[in-house]
Amino acid sequence: MAQRRERIDRGIKVRSDDVFALTSWREMAYLAAPRVFPVLALFILVLVASVYWERVLVTTCMFALLAMSWDILASAGMVSLGQSLFFGIGAYIAGTLNYYLGISPWLTIPIATIGGGLVSTLVLLPVLRLRGIYFAMVTMILPLMIERIVEATKIFGGTEGISGIKTLGSVHIEFVVAAVVVWTALFGFRRMMSTDYGLLLKGINDNDRAVMSAGMNIYYYKAQALFMASSVGAFAGAFMTHAYQFVGMPVFALDYSIIPIASVAVGGAGTLAGPMLGSFILVPLSELLRGLGGLRVVIYAVILVVCTVGLPEGVFHYLSRKYNQFERWVKVER
Amino acid sequence: MLQGTLIYGFINSVILMLVALGFSVTFGISGVANFAYGALYVMAGYLTWLGLHSLGLPFWLAAPGAVAITAGVAAMIYWFILLRVRGLVVSEVIATFGVGLAILELFRYLGFIGFEYTLPPLIDASVMIGDTYVDAQRLCIVGAGIVLAAFLWFFTHYTKTGLAFRGIAQDERTSLTLGINADKVAAWSVAFGAGYAALAALVILPLGTIAVNEGYNVLVNALAVCIVGGLGSTVGIIVASFLIGFAQILTATYLETSWMMIVSLVAILAILVIKPSGLFGHQKQLEERI
Repeated sequence: MAQRRERIDRGIKVRSDDVFALTSWREMAYLAAPRVFPVLALFILVLVASVYWERVLVTTCMFALLAMSWDILASAGMVSLGQSLFFGIGAYIAGTLNYYLGISPWLTIPIATIGGGLVSTLVLLPVLRLRGIYFAMVTMILPLMIERIVEATKIFGGTEGISGIKTLGSVHIEFVVAAVVVWTALFGFRRMMSTDYGLLLKGINDNDRAVMSAGMNIYYYKAQALFMASSVGAFAGAFMTHAYQFVGMPVFALDYSIIPIASVAVGGAGTLAGPMLGSFILVPLSELLRGLGGLRVVIYAVILVVCTVGLPEGVFHYLSRKYNQFERWVKVER
Repeated sequence: MLQGTLIYGFINSVILMLVALGFSVTFGISGVANFAYGALYVMAGYLTWLGLHSLGLPFWLAAPGAVAITAGVAAMIYWFILLRVRGLVVSEVIATFGVGLAILELFRYLGFIGFEYTLPPLIDASVMIGDTYVDAQRLCIVGAGIVLAAFLWFFTHYTKTGLAFRGIAQDERTSLTLGINADKVAAWSVAFGAGYAALAALVILPLGTIAVNEGYNVLVNALAVCIVGGLGSTVGIIVASFLIGFAQILTATYLETSWMMIVSLVAILAILVIKPSGLFGHQKQLEERI
């Protein structure tokens, strides 16, 4: 007698799937728990954390935003190997506005978010038609190129960068802003992805020509997805510039491209919550490994490879399957 | 001045071509992404150095050993990592890039940085061409470039294995029906490309020191040449390396050396925007853009 594993949705999931069927507190709690628990957990974490770890949490939130930005792009069929492009453009816009014009961080960050999104979208518009690996290669090369150009032309402080940029105030204020933005982005974009508009973006990823034949202008939608994703990335860059009080060539460094991709690989692509979970696993881990110096990147790269090969679905998919379904062995006739 | 620029432009072009040949075998001709290429190139250099200095082997033993180990590691990368994600192009790139990153940063962590990490030149002499000094090592590079490029062309046009390399890129299913074991051929092509990378490293690295960052530069340069030249075309590789090589030397002469890298990056971007399959490429249009 051969066996196979069967997965069936739990009864409570089936009953609470349809919003009109909510009949009990238990079902509502079942639905709300995975959404409320992380929010509360982050809040409690910050209450018990030292100032140093609070900073780490702020950084983690920013990497979570970068990873989400990667995921939005990937859901619309654009794989980016250079998130640092968005991060760096946002960082430079915010940094230069604050340093040369003395504009307050509360203004530079929104300006850099929208401006960074616009600049990145305009830069990538000519290559929106490229697919798969070709688009990925362009995004990989652009940050490298901008870095070299800054180095060669010595604009905005060249290799030295600009230091002495104003902060938002205390680390508590930074944390509140970061947490509000990260949860807004997560729930907002998840909601967006479940609407028809999100379905269209996913369709572009699955089969772009089918979407075209349905009479949609996919370049228009791709540009929109690119703008949303790059704005999120630019926000992270602008925010970190004010947190570090510095902007320079390191904002185009590999870290800002690799860590988001690693987070997505660990967390699970296509869910937005997965990438966030991935960042909350990886970034604190990298803080713990800080003593190892250069070995950190090696460990990161190994995690990335192992997750890509060994657990392609990611942690989040695995968890949500366990939460929503039960498994059992059933006998099959040979 | 002009004559010197021409000679050095020619040599620089051959260096680019050497660097790109191995990458082209795997990525351009067989269609297997191996973004650990730069790491393998640097690894071959360090392995030779270790063979010469730590084990005290003679050069004629250390160098072939390093080439063999590099090719073996590449085959392992294919068999244990690439094979599992074969067909998911993006995962292929991410996984191999991750492996390359791990190798390079491991060397950096182990402290392989400094001026003592150099390889001995094959011939220590210099030659006068017209009124420019050219050291014999650079002439060896030109010789090696010509031999390797010619061999690659014959290999991919007149041998069964070479034709199989091209076959799996053009249509994997059809190649399967013709009895080509696509996985084996892909593994061979990754190993073959890594072997080429190791040979290139052996002749090029004596010009300077072996540096970790060289790995990233080699990857970018190889990508530039492959993309500009066109995927699946050996002639394209040669033409593109001469285009980019001369452009780099001219910028280095008339602008600054810091602009050299920008030239290859701009070349890639321009070609990707205009004609993604490159100048001589003949890949499928719909796979690259819509």
